[in-house]
Amino acid sequence: MTNVICIVCPKGCHLSVDEENDYAVTGFGCERGREYGKKELVNPTRVITSTVKVKGGIHPRCPVKTSSDIPKGLIKDAMKLLNSVELEAPVHVGDVVVKDICGTGVDFIASRNM
Amino acid sequence: MYDVAIIGCGIIGASTAYELSRYKLKVAVLEAQNDVANGTTKANSAILHAGYDPEPGTLMAKLNVEGVRLAKELCEKLDVERKQIGSFVLAFSEKEMDTVRELYDRGVQNGVPDMKVLTKEEVLAMEPNISDEVHGALYAPSAAIVNPWEFCIALAETAVRNGVEMHLNSKVTAIEKKDDVFHITTASGEFEARYVVNAAGVYADKVHEMVGGSGFHTIYNRGEYYMMDKSQGNLVNKVVFQCPSEVGKGVLVSPTVHGNLIVGPNAVNCDHGDDVNNTAEGLDFVRRLAAKSVPSINFRDSIRNFAGVRANSDRPDFIIEESAACKNFINLGGIKSPGLSSAPAIGKMTVELLKGCGLETEAKEQFIDTRKRIKFRELDAEGKKKVIAENPLYGRVICRCETVTEGEIVEAIHRPIVPRSIDAIKRRCNAGMGRCQGGFCGPRVHEILARELGVSLMDIQMDEDGSYILTNPTKQEVK
Amino acid sequence: MNTNYDVIVIGGGPAGLAAACEAYDKGAKKVLVIERDKELGGILNQCIHNGFGLHYFKEELTGPEYAGRFVELVKQTAIEVKLDTMVVEITQDHIVRCISAKEGYQELTAGAVVLCMGCRERTRGAIAIPGDRPAGVFTAGAAQRYVNMEGYMVGKRVVILGSGDIGLIMARRMTLEGAKVLACVELCPYSNGLTRNIVQCLNDYDIPLYLSHTITNIIGKERVEKVIINEVDENRRPIPGTEIEFDCDTVLLSVGLIPENELTRNAQIVMDRRTNGAVVYENMETSAPGIFASGNVVHVHDLVDFVTAESKRAGAAAAKYALGCKAGGPVTEVKTGSCVNYTVPQHIRRENVEKGVDVFFRVNNVYKDMVIKVTSGDTQLCAFKREHMAPGEMEKITIPKVLLDKASDEITVSVEHQ
Repeated sequence: MTNVICIVCPKGCHLSVDEENDYAVTGFGCERGREYGKKELVNPTRVITSTVKVKGGIHPRCPVKTSSDIPKGLIKDAMKLLNSVELEAPVHVGDVVVKDICGTGVDFIASRNM
Repeated sequence: MYDVAIIGCGIIGASTAYELSRYKLKVAVLEAQNDVANGTTKANSAILHAGYDPEPGTLMAKLNVEGVRLAKELCEKLDVERKQIGSFVLAFSEKEMDTVRELYDRGVQNGVPDMKVLTKEEVLAMEPNISDEVHGALYAPSAAIVNPWEFCIALAETAVRNGVEMHLNSKVTAIEKKDDVFHITTASGEFEARYVVNAAGVYADKVHEMVGGSGFHTIYNRGEYYMMDKSQGNLVNKVVFQCPSEVGKGVLVSPTVHGNLIVGPNAVNCDHGDDVNNTAEGLDFVRRLAAKSVPSINFRDSIRNFAGVRANSDRPDFIIEESAACKNFINLGGIKSPGLSSAPAIGKMTVELLKGCGLETEAKEQFIDTRKRIKFRELDAEGKKKVIAENPLYGRVICRCETVTEGEIVEAIHRPIVPRSIDAIKRRCNAGMGRCQGGFCGPRVHEILARELGVSLMDIQMDEDGSYILTNPTKQEVK
Repeated sequence: MNTNYDVIVIGGGPAGLAAACEAYDKGAKKVLVIERDKELGGILNQCIHNGFGLHYFKEELTGPEYAGRFVELVKQTAIEVKLDTMVVEITQDHIVRCISAKEGYQELTAGAVVLCMGCRERTRGAIAIPGDRPAGVFTAGAAQRYVNMEGYMVGKRVVILGSGDIGLIMARRMTLEGAKVLACVELCPYSNGLTRNIVQCLNDYDIPLYLSHTITNIIGKERVEKVIINEVDENRRPIPGTEIEFDCDTVLLSVGLIPENELTRNAQIVMDRRTNGAVVYENMETSAPGIFASGNVVHVHDLVDFVTAESKRAGAAAAKYALGCKAGGPVTEVKTGSCVNYTVPQHIRRENVEKGVDVFFRVNNVYKDMVIKVTSGDTQLCAFKREHMAPGEMEKITIPKVLLDKASDEITVSVEHQ
C-alpha cells in the first residue's frame, strides 16, 4: 500500500494505492483522482511548462506547455529540446513549438498570443 | 597635475569639492565605490542636529551650529529635501530632567536658537503619541531632517558642473610624495596633485597611514535602524531623542523627508568599516528602546532594516587639520555625529586650511550655484499636465509606491555623475524606496538603465561592484 | 476634459477583466479598464505554470492561457482599455485621475468604479531578516518575472523562504532551468502552499522542505554567499544550536501577499485590518457607495477561479449601480468566531441577497474534522463539515437567503471540533 497525494486539482486528496490488488485506489474525491493514483505508481506523468526565445514579441520569452502529460523520466530531455527553439512573433496560443517530444506523440505548444 | 585631490566622496568630500569648485582650481575627487554617498552618508539618522549635544568650545560645537545654518540655504539652492521640524529630547525621570537642563545650557553656550524646556503636559500636547511616562523634554525648533545622500549627490553634482573631475571606482591604494607632489595610485590609474584632502570616512586613518601619518584611529561603530512604512510616518512630527545616559545614547524616532518613520540606532563597536549587517540583537534593542518613547510603533509595518558604520575615533573631537607627518595633506578624520550637520561648515573650513597651506584661491567669474529636479509626485495637477506634455516619459509611472516616473529616472541617468546601479537610481529618484522595496519596479528600472547606458541587462548591478543581479540568460544551448 | 463612463475598472488583471466583462454583459454601455502595464492579464502573464481554471473553465490552463481567454472576451465587446496608464487618485464621488505617456494627465468620472489593483509581495524588510544586505535576495514574484518574461536566471544555488505557492512554483522553475534549489524553509509547522504544489514542485525534484525553520542570517558583501537557518520554537523564535548553513547565491522570498490599497486608503474607504483590504458588502461594494472591489485587492486568494467569480459579482453590481439601482436596507454584520481569521464580505444587506450569500474566510491553524457554524445570537443558522482545514486554503460557505432572513443584525462564523 502506498500513500499518494493527488495533484489533479488543488484539493490534494490523500490517496492510498494497493499495488498488491491491481493498484486499487481509495481516498479519491473524483474519477480523475482514481486514475491519477494508479498512474502515479505505474507510470507517473507531468505536464511541463517553460518558455522559448521569441523575436519581435512584447517580451523576450514566450511561454509554452506540453499538450498533454509526459512521463516524469523524460522531463530533463524535454526541457533540452526548448533551448534551440527561437520563435518569431506573431505567435498564437496552441501553435506547435516542438513536435513529438522524445517520441511520446506529445508536443510543446505556445501558451499565449504574442 | 591637479591642484587638489579629494579622497572620498561622502558628504564631507562632496562638501569640500563644492566649496573648492568656486575657485579657479583643478580638482579631482577619487571615490572608491561606483557611486558617491555610498558609505556612512547613506546610512545614518538623516538629521541636521540643533547643536546642543557637543561640548562647548569643540570643533563639533562650532561646526554643527554653523553647518546647519549653511545647510538651510544650500538645500534650498540645490533642491535637496530638508524640513525644519524641530527636535525633542525626552526625559523619563527627574534625573533625566537634569540632563535636559544641562543640554539646554550647553545649547545656549553653543548658540542654538529658540530652545525651550517643556513640561510633560506641553510635550504630550504637541506629540500625543509619545509615552505618558514622559516627564518633560528639551525642545529645539532649529533641528531639521534632510535627505543625506541627495545632499551629497547635489553638492558633488554641482562641483562637477563647476569643473571638478569625479573619478568613481578609484580606490586609493598608495600615496607617494615626491618633490612636493603627491603621486596617488588608484584602482583607475595614477593621479598627481599638489594638495590632498583625506575625506575617506571610516578609512581616513588608513589613508593617512599611506603618507606615513599616525595620530588617530577610526573606531568602527555600527548603528542599526528600522525604516517604517508611510502609514507610520505621522506618529510623531518631530525628531524624538531620548536622554543620553550611562547606558547609552538611546534611540530616536523621527519622520523622514520622504514621509516614512525612521527608528534607531543602537551603537555597537565592530571590526570593519563595512560591517553594515543587521543583527537580531541590534534590531531587538532598537525596537525595545523605541517603544519607550513611542509605544504605538507597529513594527509589522517595517519596510527595511539597514545599518551604518560611524567614523568614531580615539580623539574626542573631529580631526580637521593638516597632517603633522605630511605637509599639504589635510585630514578630515573622525567625523562622527554631528558630521552630516557639520558638513557644509567642514567644507568651508577645509578651504581655509588649504589657503593656510599656500593654496591660491581665485574665485571663478561663473559659478553655478543652483540645481532643480522635477519631482513628479509633488507637482499639482497643472504641473503634472505640463511636464507630461513637454516629455511623455513623465507620464509613465515606474515606481508605484513612490510615484516615480520614467522621465525622472532617465533625467537622473543623464546627470553629470552617472548612476549605474539600481540602488544609485533609488538614491536619486526614490524608485524602490517604498513599501514594495523594488519588487515591482526593480526589473523595470533595470531595463531603463540598460537601455539608456547601452549595456546588457547582465551588466547592471544592484549596488556596489560585484552585486550582480542576473547570472545567465535562459534557453541557451549547452555546447 | 471630462469623459464619462458607466463603469471604470482599475486594473486589467484577472479581477479587472472579469469585472469589466460582467459589467458590460449586465448592461453597462461605457466600460473602461485602466491598466498600468503595457498589456492586459496582470500577474497571470508571468505565471506560466498550469493549474488555473479547473473550477471556472473546467480544464487545466496556464496563467497566460487563463488571462488570454478573458482578453479575447474583452475584445469581443465595446469595452475600452487604456494600457500603460496609472491611476493616481480616486475620490468618493467617482472621479478617477490617471496619467499616461500617451494621453497625459486625465480626470475621468464614472457611474461606478471597481477596484481591482491586486496585491504585492511581502519583502525582506517587512519580516526583518538579520544579516548583510547583498544582491541576490528577491521576492519570488520578481524572480518569476525575470525568469519567465525577461529570460534571465537570477541565481544558481537557491534557498527559498516561505512555502507559499509562488515560492513552491519557483522552486520547480529554477530547478528546470538548471539551478540547484537547496531548501524550502517554512516558519510555520505546516506548509502555506497547496498540497499539490508540495508534491509536484518539491517532492518531484527532491527539494527538502524545512518546516518550523527560518532564515536567521544572510551573509555576503556584494552578492549572497551563505544563508543560515534555525529551527524555531512554538513561539516562532529561533532555537540556538540548530543552525544549518547553506552555500548559496540566491534567496527567494515567498512570505505572503498584501493587497495594494493605496488608492482605496487615500479615498478614505473603510479598511479591514485583518484582510488589509476594503470592508465590503455582499455585492463587493465598499463603504463608498458605487465603489466596488474584488480579487486580491480585497483579500488574497489561492485560486484565480475564485477571483473571477468574485469579480463577476462586483462587475454585475457595479453595472446595476451605474444604471441607477442602488442597494440598501438593513445590514447584518458578519463576525468572526473561534478559529476564523476574517470573513469576506464583512457586511450583508439582506434585501440585496437573492438565493444565498457566499462567505469566504480563512482559519488560523491546521485542523482536522471540524464543523463550520453560522450563528445569530443563540440560534444556529447552518453548519458545514470539513475533514481538513488550513490557513493556506480559503474556505467558502453559502448561507441560503431563507436562513439569513432569520438572522438579526449580526451573525458569527466560527469553526469548532466535530
